[in-house]
Amino acid sequence: MSAQWATLKAKLPKVPDLLTPLSKLWAAAPGPVRLLVYALLIVGAFVLPSDSIGSFMTPQSDWSAVLFYPIGVYILLAIGLNVVVGQAGLLDLGYVAFFAIGGYAMGLFGIKSHWNFWAILPVAIICSAAAGVILGAPTLRLRGDYLAIVTLGFGEIIRETANNLSFTGGPRGLSPIPFPHSIGSTWFTQYGISDTRPFYYLVVILIILVIVLVKRLERSRVGRAWSAIREDEDAAEAMGVPTFRYKLWAFAIGASIGGAAGVLFASQQISITPDNFPFLLSSYILCAVVLGGSGNLPGVILGAFLVAWLPERFRQFADYRVLIFGGALVLMMIVRPEGILPSRRRRAELAEGTGGMGSLGGGVGAAETQHVDLEV
Amino acid sequence: MHLHSFVTQFWPSTIDGLTLGSIYALMALGYTLVYGVLRLINFAHSEIFMIGTFASLFTLHALGVKDAESGFALVGVLLLCVAAAMAASGASAVVLERVAYRPLRKRGASRLAALISAIGASFFLQEVFALRYGRDQLGFPRVMTKKVLFHIGSGEVRSDKLLVVAAALVMMVALDRFVNGSRLGRGIRATAQDPDTAVLMGVNIDRIVMVTFLVGGMMAGVAAVLYGTFFELTEYNVGFLLGIKAFTAAVLGGIGNIRGALLGGLTLGLIENYGASIFGAEWKDVIAFTVLVLVLLLRPTGLLGETLTKARA
Repeated sequence: MSAQWATLKAKLPKVPDLLTPLSKLWAAAPGPVRLLVYALLIVGAFVLPSDSIGSFMTPQSDWSAVLFYPIGVYILLAIGLNVVVGQAGLLDLGYVAFFAIGGYAMGLFGIKSHWNFWAILPVAIICSAAAGVILGAPTLRLRGDYLAIVTLGFGEIIRETANNLSFTGGPRGLSPIPFPHSIGSTWFTQYGISDTRPFYYLVVILIILVIVLVKRLERSRVGRAWSAIREDEDAAEAMGVPTFRYKLWAFAIGASIGGAAGVLFASQQISITPDNFPFLLSSYILCAVVLGGSGNLPGVILGAFLVAWLPERFRQFADYRVLIFGGALVLMMIVRPEGILPSRRRRAELAEGTGGMGSLGGGVGAAETQHVDLEV
Repeated sequence: MHLHSFVTQFWPSTIDGLTLGSIYALMALGYTLVYGVLRLINFAHSEIFMIGTFASLFTLHALGVKDAESGFALVGVLLLCVAAAMAASGASAVVLERVAYRPLRKRGASRLAALISAIGASFFLQEVFALRYGRDQLGFPRVMTKKVLFHIGSGEVRSDKLLVVAAALVMMVALDRFVNGSRLGRGIRATAQDPDTAVLMGVNIDRIVMVTFLVGGMMAGVAAVLYGTFFELTEYNVGFLLGIKAFTAAVLGGIGNIRGALLGGLTLGLIENYGASIFGAEWKDVIAFTVLVLVLLLRPTGLLGETLTKARA
C-alpha cells in the first residue's frame, strides 16, 4: 500500500514549489532587509482599506468592513490559536469560547457598568486568560485527542450558558455595546458606526503587537519548551521540562489573544448574540491555522486571510464554503499536512511521522510502512 | 433548582433517559470500536449516523408509508428501514475510512492530522446533505402508534420507547457475541491489543480496520432508525450534538469497552434527564458536557476501564 501511495503521489501533477526558494531567500536575508520588508508590510496594511483595492477584493461588500471582520479578527484569532495548536501542539476545538468570553466581557462591562473600551480590554484579556487556566488546569493532563473533545464541549458550554442565562441577554444577546472612546480628533481614531477604518487600524495595531509578543515567546525558553512538548511530550518531561506548566501557559496566552479579538469584535458590532460564537467559527480558525501552515506565523496569517476573504470575494459560492473547507481539510491532511506555508521545523516533524500526539493507530499499518518521506 | 420536580418526574425521566441512553449507547459503539483499534476519534461518525437517518427516511418514502402500521406490516417496514440504514451507514463508514483515514494511516501520520481529516470529512458530509436536501428539519411519517403499554410509577412505558431500548439491547448483545466469539472479532481484539504482533500472527489489519468501521457504521444505522421512529425528524446536522454525547458516553463507560458503551450510554441518558428535571430542559446539553469534563478529570479510563485493548472486550 505504501508503494501504491508512492506511485499515486508520483502520478499527481507536480505542483511547482515556489515557496521553498522564497523561504530560503528569506532565511538568508540580512537584518536591515528584513526590517525594510516589515516596514513595507506595515505601510501596506495601512493603505489597504482604499476603495480602488476594495473594488477588486470585495466588489459586493464594503471592503474596509470586511477587512475588520472577518479578515482582521480571523487573523488575530488564528495567531492566538496557533500558539495552542501550532506551537504547543494541543488541539483546541473550542477556541471560540475565549472569543465569546472577550465579547461578552465587552458587552457586560460596557452596558451594565458603563466602562470604557480601553479599560475593558485589559480586564477582558485577564478574564479570558483566567478561563483558559480554569479550562486547562484540569484538562491538560489528558491525552491529546481527549483534550480536543473536552475543549469542544467547553465551547458549547459557554455558548449554551450565554444562551440560557438572563443577565447575558439569553438568545437575544447584548446591545447596544458602546464604541471605544475616540482619541484626539484625527479621523482614524474616531470610532463610530459610519466608518470601519478606525477599527481596522486598531486591529492592525493589535495584530502587530501580538505578532511581536508571539515571536518573542517563540524564541524564548517558553517557545523552546513548547516545541519540545509538541515533538515528544514524554521526552520533554524526561529532560526536565515542566510540561504541564508550559501547556497551561500556551492555553492562557492563546485564550487572552482570543479574548482581545472578542472585545474588538463586540465593540464594533453594537450587538452580540450566542449565535455569533458557533462551533463552526472554531473550525474556521482551525482550518486557517492548518491550511496556512500551523506553527508558522506568515502561513497562519495567509490561511486566516484566505479563509476570511475567499467567501466574501466569491459570494456566489458562499453556500459551498463549508463543503469546500471540509474537503480542503481532508485533502490537505493527505497531500500536504504541513500547510501552504509550513514552518521548516514543523515540516521536518511531520515528515518523520510524528506531530505531537504520536502516530495514528499506535502502529496499525506502520508494520508494513517504512515509507519515510524526508523533504527537508 | 427544582428538587421537587425531580421527585415527581423521577419515573418519566428514568424512562426517557433509558430510551435516549440506548441510542447514545449504539452510537457510542462506533466510537469505541474505532478508538479501540486505531486510537482515532472518528469525528465523522456523527455523519454516518445522519446518513442512516436519511436512508431510513427515504425507505419510508419509497415504501409509501403514510400512517402507522401494525402487526407484520410494521415489522416488515422496520426491518427494511434497518437494513437500508445499516447498509447506507456501514458503506459510508467504509468509504470514509478508505478516503479520509487510510492514506494517513499508511503514511504513519500524526493523530492530530487524522483528527483534523475527520473533522474535514464531517463537514464535507454534512454540507453534501445540506446542499442536496436543504437545511430544514425533515419530518418522518409516524410508523408505529405510540400507545402506552403500562405504567411504572408515574412513568408511561410507550411502545416506541420499549422498542428503542429492546432493539438497542439486542444489537449490543449481538455485537458482544461477534467481537468475543467470532474469528473476525478475535482479529479486532488482537489488533486493538497489539497491532504489530497481530500482523505477525497473520491478521490482515486493513481488513480488520474495514470490518471495524463497517460494524460501527451498521450500529449507527440501527441507532438512526430508532432515532427516526422515536423523534420522527432529521436534518443535515442531526448527528453533531448526538455524536458528541455518544462520544461522552463511550468515554464515560471506558473507551474501547463494548459493555462500557452500553453502561455509559444509559448512564449519560439518565444523568441528562434527571439533570433536566432539576435545572430545566435548556441545561440538558450543558449537563452532558459537564459530565464529559468531570469524567475525564476524575476517571479518564471510564466506569469499566478501557478493555478492548486488554483482550476481554
